[in-house]
Amino acid sequence: MNKPTLTIAVTGLNAIDSPGPGVAVIRGLREANAFDCRIIGLSYESLEPGIYMHDLVDKTYQIPYPSVGTDVLLARLQHIHEQESLDVIIPNFDAELFSFIKLEAVLLTMGIHTFLPVLEQFEERHKVNLNSFGKKYDLFVPESKSIYVANEAGLLENDYGWPMVVKGKYYDASLAYNMDQVKAAFNKISAKWGLPIIIQKFIHGTEYNVTGLGDGQGNTIAAVPMRKQYITDKGKAWGGISIDDQEALELTKRFVRSTKWRGAFELELMKDKSGKYFLLEINPRMPAWIYLSVGVGQNIPEALVKLAMGWPVAAFESYIVGKMFVRYAWDMIVDLSEFEKISTTGEL
Amino acid sequence: MKVKSNIAVSDNGFVFNPGSGESFTVNPVGLEMLNLLRKGMETNEIAAAISGQFEVESLQAERDLLEFSEMLRQYRLLESEDE
Repeated sequence: MNKPTLTIAVTGLNAIDSPGPGVAVIRGLREANAFDCRIIGLSYESLEPGIYMHDLVDKTYQIPYPSVGTDVLLARLQHIHEQESLDVIIPNFDAELFSFIKLEAVLLTMGIHTFLPVLEQFEERHKVNLNSFGKKYDLFVPESKSIYVANEAGLLENDYGWPMVVKGKYYDASLAYNMDQVKAAFNKISAKWGLPIIIQKFIHGTEYNVTGLGDGQGNTIAAVPMRKQYITDKGKAWGGISIDDQEALELTKRFVRSTKWRGAFELELMKDKSGKYFLLEINPRMPAWIYLSVGVGQNIPEALVKLAMGWPVAAFESYIVGKMFVRYAWDMIVDLSEFEKISTTGEL
Repeated sequence: MKVKSNIAVSDNGFVFNPGSGESFTVNPVGLEMLNLLRKGMETNEIAAAISGQFEVESLQAERDLLEFSEMLRQYRLLESEDE
């Protein structure tokens, strides 16, 4: 059977100690059964490793940071589309999703498909709104409060106790055991990601993650739970294992059903000593460990592209339990001319 | 005392709990105890079997079994525990 060839643009090509999902997403796309693909990398910086992985990425274009606005981004995407005839774009960063959601309809008129959460879903699952999200959809979430001044955390001491979790609105989180540590984390994280900072009650327990895909009609197309086995000092999984946790899967299906979630997601869950699950965070995109889903039989990147293209997609019904991923860092040797080209022309 | 039915135990003594993702290793005595527990044998039967197989007094084997069972409970490998 002749498979169609799709041109798919992917962001998140960075692979530092807090890696982007792009490279893992592309590996899934390369292994798709339903289509072949030409991969266009979309990068923000010249040293994102995916740019130089020519066996995975056919061509890379730099795109403007979300802070410059959607008009500039659209103009750049139009230029790229003229060169490459894009079929699908898969944005992989929280911070850029708002722009792509805003542009979704315009992109579709250009013939570029996406499969993203709708704006309401994107906004209401935001960390600053997680309390009301939990109430609305009957999900346990740890108490949290958005603050604009570090001293406000002191008012939460009686209710939350120590330690408290200090979180950035997009990324970064650290544990604080006293007010000095709250202030240090507040300053560090707000300098990078802005305000507000979210103070969350710390839940003692074991952390689990579920990545999945909702079809926007309330159906769970894919869901793979994972337990982190090796965690970096940034809290990132450097090794993990697929597990058979029916409760986590039930919670995931309830989340998708009640929100009619559209697109890929990652749920960060904490199971306390009594076995109760708390929803810590909802990431509205695929996680950096998404290739584990491919390894256990649920190629979520492929299924997402099929949904974006409007092709029929059957829900995955099983996955392999006890498969691990072990991440590693790998030094590539890169010619200066390549770095020069992406730095000066914005293309490679 | 019943070991969770989904616990995987290899011949080498590698124990995997698919519900939690945790894994453990047990020595040959622990492996034998675990396998006999999984067969549903009673404490005194297991102690007798261990005593015969590993040249240890039956009373000592029973004490070891109780200690081992407590570890299984702590690691949430027994059926009665909440996952």
